[in-house]
Amino acid sequence: MSGFPFSAIVGQDEMKTALLIAAVDARIGGVMIFGDRGTGKSTAARALAATLPPIRVVDGCRFHCEPENREQCPDVCTSKRVRKIAVPFVDLPLGSTEDRVVGTLDLEKALAQGEKHFEPGLLARAHRGFLYIDEINLLEDHVVDLLLDVAASGENLVERDGLSIRHPARFVLVGSGNPEEGELRPQLLDRFGLSVEVKTPEDIDDRVEIMRRCDAQERDATKFAAKWKGEDTKILRKIDRAKKALPKIKMPAKTLRDTAALCKAVGADGLRGELTLMRGSRALAALQGDFSVTRDHLKAMAPLSLRHRLRRDVLDETGSTVRIERALEELFG
Amino acid sequence: MSGVAELEKALSDCLFAARLFAHTPHSFGGICLRGFGPVRDALVEKLLAVLEAYGPVHKIPINVDAGRLLGGIDLPATLQAGHSVRRPGILETATTGVVVLPMAERVEESVAAHLAQAIDRGELAVILLDDSIEKDEAPPSVLMERIALHCDLTGARSLDAVAHYDFRVGEAHGKTRSLIKRQRGSIAATAAALGVHSVRPLLFAERYAQAHARFSNRERVEDDDLQAAIEMVLAPRAEHLPQFDDPDRADETEPPEQESDGSGEHGNLDDIPPEDMLLAAAAAAIPQHILDQIDGKFRRTGKGSAGRSGRKQYSAKRGRPMGSRPGIPGGGKRLALMDSLRAAAPWQSIRRNASRDGNARRIHIRKSDLRVRHFEQRQESLTIFAVDASGSSALSRLAEAKGAVELMLAEAYVKRSQVALIAFRQSGAEILLPPTRSLTRARRALGALPGGGGTPLAAGLIAAQQLAEASMKRGQTPTIALLTDGKGNVMLDGMANRSLAMEEAKQVARGLAAMALNMIIIDISPRPRAEAAELAETLQGKYLPLPRAHSAALAEAIESVNAGQKR
Repeated sequence: MSGFPFSAIVGQDEMKTALLIAAVDARIGGVMIFGDRGTGKSTAARALAATLPPIRVVDGCRFHCEPENREQCPDVCTSKRVRKIAVPFVDLPLGSTEDRVVGTLDLEKALAQGEKHFEPGLLARAHRGFLYIDEINLLEDHVVDLLLDVAASGENLVERDGLSIRHPARFVLVGSGNPEEGELRPQLLDRFGLSVEVKTPEDIDDRVEIMRRCDAQERDATKFAAKWKGEDTKILRKIDRAKKALPKIKMPAKTLRDTAALCKAVGADGLRGELTLMRGSRALAALQGDFSVTRDHLKAMAPLSLRHRLRRDVLDETGSTVRIERALEELFG
Repeated sequence: MSGVAELEKALSDCLFAARLFAHTPHSFGGICLRGFGPVRDALVEKLLAVLEAYGPVHKIPINVDAGRLLGGIDLPATLQAGHSVRRPGILETATTGVVVLPMAERVEESVAAHLAQAIDRGELAVILLDDSIEKDEAPPSVLMERIALHCDLTGARSLDAVAHYDFRVGEAHGKTRSLIKRQRGSIAATAAALGVHSVRPLLFAERYAQAHARFSNRERVEDDDLQAAIEMVLAPRAEHLPQFDDPDRADETEPPEQESDGSGEHGNLDDIPPEDMLLAAAAAAIPQHILDQIDGKFRRTGKGSAGRSGRKQYSAKRGRPMGSRPGIPGGGKRLALMDSLRAAAPWQSIRRNASRDGNARRIHIRKSDLRVRHFEQRQESLTIFAVDASGSSALSRLAEAKGAVELMLAEAYVKRSQVALIAFRQSGAEILLPPTRSLTRARRALGALPGGGGTPLAAGLIAAQQLAEASMKRGQTPTIALLTDGKGNVMLDGMANRSLAMEEAKQVARGLAAMALNMIIIDISPRPRAEAAELAETLQGKYLPLPRAHSAALAEAIESVNAGQKR
């Protein structure tokens, strides 16, 4: 089945923005998507990965090494040939074992030849791409810990089975989950850069439009993809331009002050909130083609960057989003 | 319950659905056949006969593990042969891409997740045989969400109907046109009215309507097809009875271009807005167990996984690594390679000399060297609050009990333990909150807890006992916190009789005491009374007279009991 074009996804603007921002600036950390089933979470992440242009890798390298940057590869990795592969998209199944995620001793080589050889896991496969985890709140705690740690450091460090190996693993972590079915610990939530709340489109017209597009895609995926190619290319160009512009975007002192004031007002724990909000606003400015980060960017990014970092008050019914909006209103009018 | 005619209609709908599925299994993701019995067996047999014309259909055993599903190294064969022998996974060998999953309600989350991924990729269609009887049993929701057809065969008896049904007749009419906007609008509006929020069912309904038209030899989808799609795809997922909040809605979704589309509609339907007609059909097709759940203010959302999310405690499978033990891998146990090699190391020279092929193999491993990994998993705890919500425990104390549950939940949030809530009042007990860690759900359930009526103490104890037993099966450690004044006055059969009710409660309590659980009885009568203390004694639990239970104090009390037991 060929993929669904990213631009053909109806609505869900906040989720799309968050994913684009993560694609522009990988340092943001992952994106956590809260929402029910059947809201297009995995479709969106998968579509974005498919839209991005193929990456260049060293031929035969199991770690998707960039030809210019292969020093960190644990393998020999000397091939002169370069191959192009689609941006990796790894869908981590629930119940994945630590072995499959981090990689393990190569059973085959060890048993047959008695050699100690590393067999890369899903983290290596996701390098330079996307790692999508559906229902992350049902995943084993220690696997989640590990994933977030690797996502933050960009490096997978394996110290087990008598192996001692490190390899780069930089990916955009996209987690999804439904808070009705158990929640993530606050420490883990904090590690995600952005969070998005998706709802099923309630508008009948939107739902009809979804049905129309899916039917068109099923009937002739190639034609449908061709139809949306133009839109997808536009998005691509936007990401590309934003990536290039990112280092040049100005961050005025006033905006930084606003950022700090906002985080203090809503009571976001830790410093990560400020940092993510700053980086997110900068990426947003880059995406929109602006040269300097303004209060508007900040306001747009505040819910995405802070919503999951607010301290939960069990007896307070008010949702985090509302609390942030209230604070924005009070501070900036 | 339902009439014979209704059952027959349901069966013929299921047969038609099965036939559509047999022809294009992958476009529906799968079919769930609920209700065991000869009728289902006959149906499955016929369905498989059609499918097997294209290749074998694999059956997935209930105890399958991820390795067997996805393929991996065949260890015994590898050891024997001296070179690696790969055993392909079931998903790889299932060339037709259709698998049967018996006892689907018992399948493990991790297996379900792998299947769901394969369905998402469009490579797999599953036939779920759902043998559940209880209301809250169901195949994992990850799977149910991704398969279009949910058939309920419970109570179906007409074996002949199945035997004579021809899966082959009516080969598909070439191609069906897409639905027109009005028809999509009908599906979307009906879904909204039934509380079906996910987008997948909409897409499934559309596909089903098209396939239905094709098999009825129509080029265009007509209202019959739409209705069939709604009955088969949307109605079983209904969250509530159809409801429209604003009557204008129906008009809105009927776009003016109905005529301009030039479709030949039935003339006699003109005066009825399509939603109304479709809704009536859907309401009639909602299975009884859904209605039961709605009556009990018991939402089906996420039940499958929320109820099970307390993970199984197989120490050989998951948790923090704890070293290894001798054993044969398989059935979830994983090979500890380094330890196996280490165990084999001292024997190498002896074995090399003993073996005929001399140095052909570089290492010699015997079955007895194999070590499997061993894990330690923290036991998850579950606190079951059984709250007396009768009139005699005034509503103010109910509020305190609610507060205590919320506090415990906030604790659980960090400690990863779960909380469940049972309320007993009037004629029986009700599980208001199945074991969960979710703050969102807990708040909602607590908000809806009503008070008043008699005290069916025995019923409350039984409900707590059942929950505790179920959680122990999942490997959790349950603690029961019983908040009552100990004055039962309603019997198990709902009759009011104080002395007999107390007698019954004592009997049940003795049974519960035999389980030797952590138990705490919190007396919530205004002044401590003998009844609750006696009950505590019978239950062999800790008695806490809390004339004015302050919720923080309550949570602390339970915490201290827990801590005491752990030691």
